[in-house]
Amino acid sequence: MMKFKKIILPIMVISFGLLSCGGGNSNNPVANKNEILGAGATFPYPFYSKVFDVYNKEKGIKVNYQSIGSGGGIKQLQNKTVDFGASDAPMSDDELSKSPASILHIPSCLGAVIITYNLPGNPTLKFTPEVLADIFLGKIKKWNDAKITAINPEVKLPDLSISVVHRSDGSGTTYIFSDYLSKVNAEWNAKPGKGKSLDWPVGLGAKGNEGVSGLVKQTPGSIGYIELVYALQNKMPAASLKNKSGNFIEASLKSSSAAAAVDLPADMRVSLTNTEAPDGYPICSFTYLLVYQNQSYNNRTEASAKTTISLINYVIHDGQKYAEQLGYAPLPDAAVKKAEEILKSVTFNTKPLM
Amino acid sequence: MTGISYQAKRINLKEKVFKKTLTLSAITVVVILIAIFFTLLINSMPSIKALGTNFFYDKTWDPVADEYGALPFLVGTLLTSFLALLISTPFSIAVAIFLGEYYKKGIVAEIFKNVIDLLAGIPSVIYGFWGLFVLVPIVRAIEMKLGLPPYGVGIFTSSIILAIMILPFSVSLSRQVISMVPAHLKEAAYSLGATRFEVITKIIIPYTKSGLFAGLLLALGRALGETMAVTMLIGNTHEIPTGIFSPGNTMASVIANEFSEATGKIYTSALVEMGLFLFVVATIINILGKQVIKRFTLS
Repeated sequence: MMKFKKIILPIMVISFGLLSCGGGNSNNPVANKNEILGAGATFPYPFYSKVFDVYNKEKGIKVNYQSIGSGGGIKQLQNKTVDFGASDAPMSDDELSKSPASILHIPSCLGAVIITYNLPGNPTLKFTPEVLADIFLGKIKKWNDAKITAINPEVKLPDLSISVVHRSDGSGTTYIFSDYLSKVNAEWNAKPGKGKSLDWPVGLGAKGNEGVSGLVKQTPGSIGYIELVYALQNKMPAASLKNKSGNFIEASLKSSSAAAAVDLPADMRVSLTNTEAPDGYPICSFTYLLVYQNQSYNNRTEASAKTTISLINYVIHDGQKYAEQLGYAPLPDAAVKKAEEILKSVTFNTKPLM
Repeated sequence: MTGISYQAKRINLKEKVFKKTLTLSAITVVVILIAIFFTLLINSMPSIKALGTNFFYDKTWDPVADEYGALPFLVGTLLTSFLALLISTPFSIAVAIFLGEYYKKGIVAEIFKNVIDLLAGIPSVIYGFWGLFVLVPIVRAIEMKLGLPPYGVGIFTSSIILAIMILPFSVSLSRQVISMVPAHLKEAAYSLGATRFEVITKIIIPYTKSGLFAGLLLALGRALGETMAVTMLIGNTHEIPTGIFSPGNTMASVIANEFSEATGKIYTSALVEMGLFLFVVATIINILGKQVIKRFTLS
């Protein structure tokens, strides 16, 4: 009998475990109202994990956030397996129309993409949108090209080939960067266009921010794009970019927040790249938390819906103070106000939750 | 009496349950393999329908324009795998002869065997890191000397790493077949005045050649599917490589890179189709290898 127990019992336990994993999809994502489940973007993960940790200590509510990528976050929300999703890029009209119910976008903070490079002495360079696009299109091949030296007269640039480094994995960073280039350059807009993965005209691909910055650090004459947070942590050089108003703007948390000082639409689905704001850094974007407008689905209780909404409210208010110390640009007041209005429109059936 | 029959029944039951458990585990493994195949097939249907055979010879992979041709990755996969095989073959045969003929037993043999087995146990991301920090600068220096673009990463770098990674797989099989060469054959050669070198080249290698070939096939199967280390070192471009120093991409690496953020039915499905293709190729190579080993052991 001992053997029976030794062999069969573990098998039964394991198979029940597996079964319950598989069955989880159809269940209410929140079995326990003291735990909230979220999934999505990897970019704001350090920020979210700090805020959620503080929230847990203050309110005793545990938030389980899985940073599986924006695409995954959207898919999970559409399958209703999480309480909230998270995405770097706003969902497209097409994606929204394929979703089972109305989904709302609540911005949580701002991210910026910087242009980094590896040159002798790492001088601070300036780029205009045209030059940047031409480099990434492979039309400018040398660092001492007249187009680059014309805008950087104070820097002596070497006769070195430019090696472009881009992300090899599908990523929100690539989306923001290509969204910017599509806006400022007609040729880029026609091909390769904007997306999370592109058919790059030139260059090497590396996985993740750490892959791109690693390759840039190693390869003399290389240029790549990475998230501002990552550049700040690793002290990488970053170029100043000429924005729409004609000012050369250095990438910083302040200039990222400033980029959001524009007329924001009511649903907050807006691309901030090539911003109209005169002090704004031109390659910025909101990152979003996503929830269903009607929180009554999949046998959710009103209490767990309320918990989800108050968590998001916490992120856009009290949570903002943790953004800057972690290298994220906090939401400007106007954006917080708009986000609040969106949260007020969330209901449980017809009853507002805030 | 009743006590004995009760006990006999209990033993009987134990036997039955034990056998059932074993059968069930064995069936589960087969079912999982078939299930993987069908999952891949079903999920790649949208792409098979939409792209047809274009998938295999279209040179453009452009998720923005919804155009998916796997040819550059197919070429990249075959190029890195066969180049790796080419680099590792002389080493693996030399090591196999060393361990199968010269040092069959003893402390030296044990140390070498363990070290080679250890090579197989190193996580592939560590090979990737080592490649990035040690191999890439060396290859870059070579490229600068040759006047090529100093990427450092590319087909050549990934092939070297792959060659090291697949070495243990071909060595372990080759060593076994070499030590299986009948002693009377070797002794006959020695008695005719053959040197050790002649015994190896005239007796051992001809006798074991299909076994050695099977070892290489299994190693090739491993090289085709290797993902992480290659992703870190190959340069990840969507173009057909023009030479062994140019960057490229492999099928496994594209799937790993793009799947998590892939949106859209055809895009996801095209990535799955690539997985299906890789699965089929790896299976065929494995079956071929096993078949060759079988024939070798029968004769």
